[in-house]
Amino acid sequence: MEKIKLTIDKRTVEVEKGTTVYQAAKQIGVNIPVLCYMNLGHLGIENRPGGCRVCVVEVEGRKNLAPSCSTLCTEGMVVKTNSPRVLNARKTVLELILSDHPKDCLVCAKSGNCELQELAIKLGIREIPGEKYSEMSTYRPDTSPSIIRDLDKCVMCRRCETMCNKVQTVGALNAINRGFMAVVAPAFERNLENSPCTFCGQCVAVCPTGALTEVNHTNQLIRALADPTKTVVVQTAPAVRAALGEEFGMEPGTLVTGKMAAALRTLGFDYVFDTDFAADLTIMEEGTELLNRIGKFLEGDKDVKLPILTSCCPAWVNFFECNYPDMLDVPSTARSPQQMFGSVAKAYLADKLGVKREDMVVVSIMPCLAKKYECQRDEFKIDGNPDVDFSISTRELAALIKGANISFTSLPDEDFDNPLGESTGAAVIFGATGGVIEAAVRTAYEVFTKKKLDRVDFTELRGLEGIRSASIDFNGTTINIGIAHGLGNARKLLDGIRAGMYNFHAIEIMACPGGCIGGGGQPYHHGNSEIIKARHQAIYREDAEKPIRKSHENPYIVKLYEEFLGSPMSEKAHHLLHTHYFDKSKQKQD
Amino acid sequence: MAQYKMHLLVCGGTGCRASESTKLVENLQTVLRTNGLDNEVQVVTTGCFGFCEKGPIVKVMPDNTFYVEVKPKDAEEIINEHAIKGRKVSRLLYVDPKKEEAVSDSKHMGFYQKQIRIALRNCGFINPENIDEYIARDGYAALGKALTEYSPEQTIDVIKKSGLRGRGGAGFPTGLKWEFASKYKDNEKYVVCNADEGDPGAFMDRSILEGDPHSILEAMIICGYCIGARNGLIYIRAEYPLAIQRLKIAINQAREYGLLGENILGSSLSFDIEIRYGAGAFVCGEETALIHSMEGERGEPTVKPPFPAEAGYLGKPTNVNNVETYASVPVIILKGADWFSSIGTEKSKGTKVFALAGKINNVGLIEVPMGTTLREVIFEIGGGIKNGKAFKAVQTGGPSGGCLTEKHLDIPIDFENLVASGSMMGSGGMIVMDEDDCMVSVAKFYLEFTVEESCGKCAPCRVGNKRMQEILDQLTKGNGTSEMIDQLYNLGSVIKDTALCGLGQTSPNPVLSTLQNFHNEYVAHVEGRCPAGQCRAFIQFLIIAKKCTGCTACTRVCPTGAITGERKQPHTIDQLACIKCGVCQRKCKFNAIEVM
Repeated sequence: MEKIKLTIDKRTVEVEKGTTVYQAAKQIGVNIPVLCYMNLGHLGIENRPGGCRVCVVEVEGRKNLAPSCSTLCTEGMVVKTNSPRVLNARKTVLELILSDHPKDCLVCAKSGNCELQELAIKLGIREIPGEKYSEMSTYRPDTSPSIIRDLDKCVMCRRCETMCNKVQTVGALNAINRGFMAVVAPAFERNLENSPCTFCGQCVAVCPTGALTEVNHTNQLIRALADPTKTVVVQTAPAVRAALGEEFGMEPGTLVTGKMAAALRTLGFDYVFDTDFAADLTIMEEGTELLNRIGKFLEGDKDVKLPILTSCCPAWVNFFECNYPDMLDVPSTARSPQQMFGSVAKAYLADKLGVKREDMVVVSIMPCLAKKYECQRDEFKIDGNPDVDFSISTRELAALIKGANISFTSLPDEDFDNPLGESTGAAVIFGATGGVIEAAVRTAYEVFTKKKLDRVDFTELRGLEGIRSASIDFNGTTINIGIAHGLGNARKLLDGIRAGMYNFHAIEIMACPGGCIGGGGQPYHHGNSEIIKARHQAIYREDAEKPIRKSHENPYIVKLYEEFLGSPMSEKAHHLLHTHYFDKSKQKQD
Repeated sequence: MAQYKMHLLVCGGTGCRASESTKLVENLQTVLRTNGLDNEVQVVTTGCFGFCEKGPIVKVMPDNTFYVEVKPKDAEEIINEHAIKGRKVSRLLYVDPKKEEAVSDSKHMGFYQKQIRIALRNCGFINPENIDEYIARDGYAALGKALTEYSPEQTIDVIKKSGLRGRGGAGFPTGLKWEFASKYKDNEKYVVCNADEGDPGAFMDRSILEGDPHSILEAMIICGYCIGARNGLIYIRAEYPLAIQRLKIAINQAREYGLLGENILGSSLSFDIEIRYGAGAFVCGEETALIHSMEGERGEPTVKPPFPAEAGYLGKPTNVNNVETYASVPVIILKGADWFSSIGTEKSKGTKVFALAGKINNVGLIEVPMGTTLREVIFEIGGGIKNGKAFKAVQTGGPSGGCLTEKHLDIPIDFENLVASGSMMGSGGMIVMDEDDCMVSVAKFYLEFTVEESCGKCAPCRVGNKRMQEILDQLTKGNGTSEMIDQLYNLGSVIKDTALCGLGQTSPNPVLSTLQNFHNEYVAHVEGRCPAGQCRAFIQFLIIAKKCTGCTACTRVCPTGAITGERKQPHTIDQLACIKCGVCQRKCKFNAIEVM
């Protein structure tokens, strides 16, 4: 690689050709402030529209200031990142951005986590010139089941657009209007709910301000907890335990399963259960469905739909309902673990506890914003009563714990309650890309070959590569597996299948890059991809430490089938644990 | 084939057509037919003559008689008197406002005397809808010359040596631009013509496309030959229907003649041109925004590099030039680099077309050698200031240019000098202001345009221009403070220093240049005065009792009933009720109402 020498703030630095001034400065510890720029290293994508102009620097010989985020280093370049000219320009530009930004920081959902606020502090902004006669640009607010858009807080960083269009290829968000009234919105100024939005929440995950936030359900939760007539049951998704600690200053990748269970109990939940239990249940159903289809295929049935696609991710479900309406019979009919948990809790558990369905409140803690939408879908309700009453994000849970004065880091580790709290290592890895299919393989292999699996770790299915594939030998029968995470990768894979490029039997798709660990409801990563990697490792660590690592060996799952469901894909299972999909390619009107 | 003795050239540009020049052409033809002269005298609908102030224009050849403000009903007189009897229709001749005498032919008109028409060479001369007329004026000869005598490199060399620079605003050397695009290896390359003329008041690109569309096609084919492209795209705003229509005709004719398509003129060159329509966003004149708009994306600029020469339309090497730039190319190839570079100044070669507008006698389109002074343009070609008022300022370079004053009048106009004076060449808009214009209001007016047209991508342009506009609004409303002037300075220089694209970087120019050249006027507004008497917050309408006859005309037009008084007695204006609309002043026949 060609090397380039340049001078930044009178210091010589040598960088590889293609390095930006911003990156070069970082190498010598000069952190140039940025706002719109975001490096999504784990996705191989950088958002650098060069729009905010906060990162400008002086380059000798250039007549105007250069945006360091998108200016490449050249040989002999002389850069000043802190000259009076630069400092004045940077401050003036930030004052301009702030002059068109609401000042309700005290009550903003992003307060303390806002990159604009952080910049204002860093640059010591104390007043906005001309505030008295300055107009503010405004745009109607929009609340969808998962995401709130408050465009008055939009700074046009375009990160959400990059996520929605380049990474996810959803195309729900794009810049509209011009000049001072420019904002990011769905086409034809529709509401998000009536756009192709999948509610994956990746836009929320990268928004530097409070322009995009999740719909907050904590007040509903507090009311339920306070209601003595309600039995409040909570389930926690696998990815939450690998990230929640970050909100309390713990190292990324710290597993806080036990502390989380303790905190939930302290908060007043009647039963603290685990979505992991339902993940094991999902494997029983989805794995059986997979084996049924493969069996038919091997028998020569030409109508069988292969590859089977996983269906645990609600954003992915929204995506194919909207973009691939011709393929609605391809994905597994198995409900997501969240919904399986809900229907089992309100049918099986409520019965066991002698609680009426309407007196049981099922809450889920999810790394995900699409789950908020999913639990409101009509097909997951009985007489208007949802199987899962509401879903709160990892971030909302953290805020609740902080608000309840709980010293999270010093909590003792506690266990989940039973019967819906027991889980296997196979369930834990649902939280990372490739985990669902690995869990399915562990069970399907043993059911299909009727042999005990010697090697539980299918490392060939792991990793953070966007699209992966592996072939697993099922005792002489080769099963081809595909994995995609991030909806853009999913689209590539699906288009490839349509074009007859692949010969997969089963495909796992997760909407969020990295899988659920990178979900839209997780603690903000602020573009630090090391955090995603640390969570990824934590998930597999928890799996390795579990005494049982195959779903079908979960004793409570075995018991559930014996006592209640009969067998996987039984009529009862079909009724409670499976679903059907809708053609959403034609968007509703606002 | 008829051998015509006389040609009547009638302007068929958008402006003259709006004044019924199409009807005029019909009438002329009818009268000729009635007199059996249709094989003797030919009526030619041409492109713009540039002298739009006095349109519709009819020019009689071969004697160069120049009739102005011709109405359809004048057809009969022109034919009967001029064509048949050989007498000029003196009432239709142009009258020199200074000498107050009729000018017999265009060669003696001040408007044309200092002009050298290169880009506009065929406008007002040929029928733009007839390829043969273009060919008769050496059209497509440059293409033939390039294909047969020069290699692509040699052709680029000619353009480089000619010193031709981009006429769209930035003035980048055209030959160098072509060379960059030619160096990137790709099977797919594009030649783009930027016809998204967005500067209000500028209409040279439209006039060239309406008056001489083939010159653009020829230049684009030559460019395709030079850079190795097979595809040409013309990005034109949809509100130029006549230009679009004539381009379409020209493209079809060129295809019929084998000048577009496969193996042009028997060579190995294959090239074709498509038209793309813009929705009229100012920012789409910026080349990266233009490219994104053509791709179907939001029309907004992206950071350069990569330049279009490397990654342009669909990520392919692309050369973007403006209409006027292309229009100069064929002549340069034909007449040589030395000829072109002999015209103009040291760093700015050739000629530049300017759109003269504002408080000037000869509003219109002119083409002058680089290095001509503003004084020559305004007072000789432009015929001076209207109504004998005093010159105050001239805004060059469109909405993002600067306002220059008396002291800049003798500066030779070229790219460098205009920038050094705090303005710019831009696309060649030139708006003249007189003593009645308030410079703070002028700056506000221009900023309103940039605020409206900002794409909103970068913060300095999106928010900064809005804030400057608000400050100017406060100043003109009488709420100004001296801190506001400091803020304007700071905002203006920071926007110039930090905005993403050329449009953003130049948008503060009207403010910065007026701050520089008319600082006192800003201070006056802070002190509660508008020296030009334009800002309503600072003025009062008063009735001079001595002059008032009590005719009551003003009371009848006053919308708020602020004027009272007995019949035949001096009236008075209630200052609290007056909204300073000025209707009374315009109505008063006795000049009894004055602004204080």
